[in-house]
Amino acid sequence: MFIVRNRAVFYSISGILCVAALVALFAWGLKPGIDFTGGSIVEVAYDNASSTRPVVTAESLGLEGASIRETGSNGFIIRAKELTPEEHNTLLAELGNPVEKRFDSVGPILGKEALQKSWMSIGLVLLAIVLFITFVFRRVSRPVSSWKYGLIAIVGLAHNILIAAGAFALFGHLFGFEIDTLFVTALLVILGFSIHDTIVVFDRVRENLRDDSKGRKAFDELVGESVRATFVRSVNTSLTTLLAIVVLYLVGPEATKHFSLALAIGIAAGTYSSIFLCSPLLVSAFKWQGGNK
Amino acid sequence: MWKQRISALLLLVIAFGIGYFAYDKAGTNASDSVTPSRFPYRLGLDLSGGTHLVFRADTASLPESEVSEAMQSLAQAVERRVNVLGVSEPLVQVEEGGTVGTTEHRLIVELPGITDVKQAVDAIGKTPTLDFRLMKPGSENLTPEEQEKATFDDVFVTTGLTGRYLKRATLQFNPTTYAPEVGLQWNDEGAKLFAQITRDNVGKPLAIFLDGAPISIPRIQTEITSGEAVINGTFKVEEAKALVRDLNYGALPVPVSLASTQTVGATLGQGALNASVHAGLIAFIAVAIFLIIWYRVPGLVATIALAIYVALNLALFKLVPVTLTAAGIAGFVLTLGMAVDANILIFERMKEEIARGKKLPEAIKEGFHRAWLSIRDSNLSSIITAIILYYFASTPIVKGFALVFGLGVVVSMFTAITASRTLLIAVAPRGERALSRFLFGSGFIPKKSSR
Repeated sequence: MFIVRNRAVFYSISGILCVAALVALFAWGLKPGIDFTGGSIVEVAYDNASSTRPVVTAESLGLEGASIRETGSNGFIIRAKELTPEEHNTLLAELGNPVEKRFDSVGPILGKEALQKSWMSIGLVLLAIVLFITFVFRRVSRPVSSWKYGLIAIVGLAHNILIAAGAFALFGHLFGFEIDTLFVTALLVILGFSIHDTIVVFDRVRENLRDDSKGRKAFDELVGESVRATFVRSVNTSLTTLLAIVVLYLVGPEATKHFSLALAIGIAAGTYSSIFLCSPLLVSAFKWQGGNK
Repeated sequence: MWKQRISALLLLVIAFGIGYFAYDKAGTNASDSVTPSRFPYRLGLDLSGGTHLVFRADTASLPESEVSEAMQSLAQAVERRVNVLGVSEPLVQVEEGGTVGTTEHRLIVELPGITDVKQAVDAIGKTPTLDFRLMKPGSENLTPEEQEKATFDDVFVTTGLTGRYLKRATLQFNPTTYAPEVGLQWNDEGAKLFAQITRDNVGKPLAIFLDGAPISIPRIQTEITSGEAVINGTFKVEEAKALVRDLNYGALPVPVSLASTQTVGATLGQGALNASVHAGLIAFIAVAIFLIIWYRVPGLVATIALAIYVALNLALFKLVPVTLTAAGIAGFVLTLGMAVDANILIFERMKEEIARGKKLPEAIKEGFHRAWLSIRDSNLSSIITAIILYYFASTPIVKGFALVFGLGVVVSMFTAITASRTLLIAVAPRGERALSRFLFGSGFIPKKSSR
């Protein structure tokens, strides 16, 4: 009830976050990584005992436009255009044959394909989710029709994705984070997870509507009750999932750090939206269509 | 009551067995000296170290109907060359890809343990090497066991006669058996060398090596001065044709170009594997602590159900088998947090039923029953996501994640419902004492027994 009554406050919090995310996206944008643009990443380290890190620049290596970043106490991460195996070997020789930890090279065509497939999978997941919700809530029509449940769920999803993407635009600006296919995967998992959260709340609304078939309770009261009944569950489920993800971020391998960060942000936003945004929106939708009962 | 307790016990015993099967790590690392397990975990290249190559095949000059056959023979040729590198378990597979409206044929080559990309690419793209070798003196009398152990270098010595001296290779048929053969014509220098070798070694076997492996070991009957030789292995016509073409033109059956490379050093891979395993362990413990503190006895039951979930999943990773990558294990850790969702839904429902004045056993049944719809609906959305991710995966990383994630969601639905219910009913007390109310309650503030 508290949540439904004070919905204006919660809408504004979401609104501010979304606007901030949009500003970040427009101002800085997301930096696509080599998964999408094509190019190479070489990560090397020098043995402390025998060799030390030389001073190199993109020019001295003959790699125009390459970015060279020092990592740890004794290593480099070099980002450059796509390198052929020969160019790669030349580069290693010029660096003094350090230990190569990682070498990724993606051709521009594969990059373009990855981008296309990413958009397609985002589109398909969204479509599947709309159809799914419409199907699940097909019998619910009183007093808010089923397609509105779907629409509200999508608003929630857009909210979560926007916040996660906005955060990465900010990180890209501050720390040079790049987005890769794993980031897109994280977005899709956020979609799946947060709809899962919203469905549980809506499910309860549906059940309470069925139990209250004579329509004795006011709709906003009923939604408020449903939110309260599922509140602990929503928070706890998100908590256990967040626990696992935070551990993954802190302890897990370097390769999945950005991935787990994106997931953590998205899932936190998702929990917020299903409790504080989607359910109150149901009440608002009911009021907008002129219902007062 | 006893029936339920026995089935719960049985469940635990089975789970323990599965857990033991999953725990057996033998054979996961190639370097392990222990006897290899029949079902090892399969580690992706990002965890074991190695090189993943994607080649684009140029099939433009081929008619559509012949493309798939050409790709198969390309894969075979590449596989033969990769084997020479001494890779333990190389993977060569044909894949179709491309942006919308175009189809591109690709060859995926995975080389565990190889980090020298140039060496690998050169080995794959090179001309087949043909050379003739003689047996070392005495090696003809090896016992079968000794032959088994001996490498080619132990048994054969090179003669210096190689494909370099080849003038031309032709496809011909044996006049008596009609079997396809490959005829070799040496140039002047090669003819001289060949004559000398055959003169000095009459009666001895002369092995013909292709890409470092013997394809036929004929015995020298007499000195050959004509500058011609014949390879009559057990060729099929197609194979002989392909070999002739390879020898003459030195090219792969379909021209290829390198489209992407991923190399992970063994140290980084090992570090990533350790980090992934640690993350999984700690995440499990963190979730378990949370569950037990908040939900007490049901929380303990959920933790056991989660342990069963882990055992079942790990066993499936071995049996399917699933190639585990860093992203895949991340997916698994993620499902650890999500898998308890069904339990939480059920427990919250139970609590409500108790609040409505139902007795414990009844509340448990009702809780499971009422929560099922929500569990089904909410997990379906994750399954849909996993399926779409799997089919539209643009990188093996994403595919690996999608498989583990999807598998995890399905298994978690099973364990949360079956395992938790069996266990919870088995431990549920019948009385209504305050202690059992507390133990089966939840949260930090004790709930009033009625409202």
